Amino acid sequence: MENSLLEALQRAFQPIFSLNQEVLNITLLSLRVSGTAVLIGALIGVPIGTVLGLRRFRGKQILIRFVDITLRSIVNTFMGLPPVVVGLAVYLLLTASGPLGPLGLLYTPTAMIITQLVMVVPIIIGITMSAVGSVEKAIREKALSLGATDRQAAWMVLKEARMGMLTAIIVAFGAAISEVGGIMITGGNIRWFTRTLTTAIVVEVELGNFALAISLGIILLSMSFAINVMLTIIQLRGAER
Amino acid sequence: MPFHVEARNLYKEYSGKKVLTDISFGVESGEIFALIGPNGAGKTTLLRILDLLEEPSSGTVWFEGTQVNCSARDRQALRRRIGMVFQQTVLFNMNVFDNVAYGLKVRGENRKSAEQKVIAALELVQLRGFEHKNALALSGGEAQRVALAQALVTEPELLLLDEPTANLDPRNVSIIEEALSRVNRERKSTMIMATHNMFQAENLAHRVVVLNEGRIERIGTFQEIFGKPSKFLMDFARLENIFSGVSRVTAEGTSIVDVGDGLSVEAAFEKVGNTTIYVRPEDIFLSTHPLVSSARNTFEGRIVQISDFGSVVKLKVRAGKDFIVQITKRSFNEMRLNVDSRVFLAFKASSVQTV
Repeated sequence: MENSLLEALQRAFQPIFSLNQEVLNITLLSLRVSGTAVLIGALIGVPIGTVLGLRRFRGKQILIRFVDITLRSIVNTFMGLPPVVVGLAVYLLLTASGPLGPLGLLYTPTAMIITQLVMVVPIIIGITMSAVGSVEKAIREKALSLGATDRQAAWMVLKEARMGMLTAIIVAFGAAISEVGGIMITGGNIRWFTRTLTTAIVVEVELGNFALAISLGIILLSMSFAINVMLTIIQLRGAER
Repeated sequence: MPFHVEARNLYKEYSGKKVLTDISFGVESGEIFALIGPNGAGKTTLLRILDLLEEPSSGTVWFEGTQVNCSARDRQALRRRIGMVFQQTVLFNMNVFDNVAYGLKVRGENRKSAEQKVIAALELVQLRGFEHKNALALSGGEAQRVALAQALVTEPELLLLDEPTANLDPRNVSIIEEALSRVNRERKSTMIMATHNMFQAENLAHRVVVLNEGRIERIGTFQEIFGKPSKFLMDFARLENIFSGVSRVTAEGTSIVDVGDGLSVEAAFEKVGNTTIYVRPEDIFLSTHPLVSSARNTFEGRIVQISDFGSVVKLKVRAGKDFIVQITKRSFNEMRLNVDSRVFLAFKASSVQTV
């Protein structure tokens, strides 16, 4: 066992350095799927989270308050959606007999993007909402007291919440790139087509190809580290300015 | 001539809880008007209503004889003539220059003329050279001075200040007080200032209003009110070292006040009979060894309580009577003080004041 583990570790680094075609393909697909999902997710989630964070429905009308609380609770619940459940739901939508079956999207990268999109949107909405909400009152009133119009004050709130929005994107990307259960169901883990780093690791482990599984794991980890370093630098620079 | 700002029968409730009850007063143009009262007296709420951030439950606010209406546009236009310094310092996550320039920017002022005004405002609060520092990296006192510069840069005709020097060390307090009195003198700005600090009220304000549980308790000049202070005033005021006793005059023209518990305090005034005296916490010197000094009053005691206010520390020292002593955090650390430490107090006869 010791020997085989050592051997596996030795062989694990070979594909990284030789960058074999298949590993490259898998890595790029992972990046493409999760990157696209997070990008679209940010375009949808940041504005919604901002609106929810800016709105102050306190007290006014019972109905508005009720809607507000319900909406927030839904967002908070969906932030913790199990990816497998999302995968299952998207599968049922896209399967041949499902409502979107005719589009023929099941087992394609698009299906995987949709799956991860459903997963990351609530995360981005939720974190943006709380980032905006946490600075909303103090910053808004400060800006108003300095003579800002309502619109100028709202803009200031957004500017002050920008670091929180970036955090939302970092967290969402981390969740997406490491997700496996959802895209396994909707992507099908097809070689050269819908196989990503995470789904490939699952397969290689099942096949006993620990060397390949480890090397894929190292790639996944270093990639997510590199992207987080980049985002963290942006975040820190923003805090210094 | 109408009042610059006037409150008429203001009431404010938050979900049934009364915060302000029948508040009416008028502030003259160029006047410094202090609101004093304990926490929860309604000072902050009153200032927020005057800054038009909140509406009263009933009652009206008047500016220069015109009633403030509730249209958002008019309120915003009016707000541009008012400056406000909040109790909780809020600064934007950008450099000091941009923070101070914000009020000018939202008014559409061009960068060139804004620059001179920002620099003048920073000079006023003694923060020249801080332009490019991030505002969130400043100390509490510096941050509060930036907040003051933010409000002053637009030269507001009315300045609202919510405990602008609370929890700041003496140096920052004096910089802020100096800036305020200069602005009042040179620009004739009207100021309404909530404060806990009686000496600030006495030194800066032309008139004082005492708020308690949302009601106006007294209104008048500092002397009018404190000529005969009420029990309530004595309780909350920063008059922390208050002692009463019988005073007799000495041959040197000072007074010895026997305040009980075997304690006699020498004061630099001549007064015979029952008298009430106080000593400011910052006027008492504290040492760990007996001091040979010119201070006429020296007592030995033990520390019984320590309260940390950031850069300053307040100690309660039991020396026959309880004395409150204020020292800087640095001295506190250097002297390695702790509860039960033996200490010596000293203060000058001229630091003893009568109420």
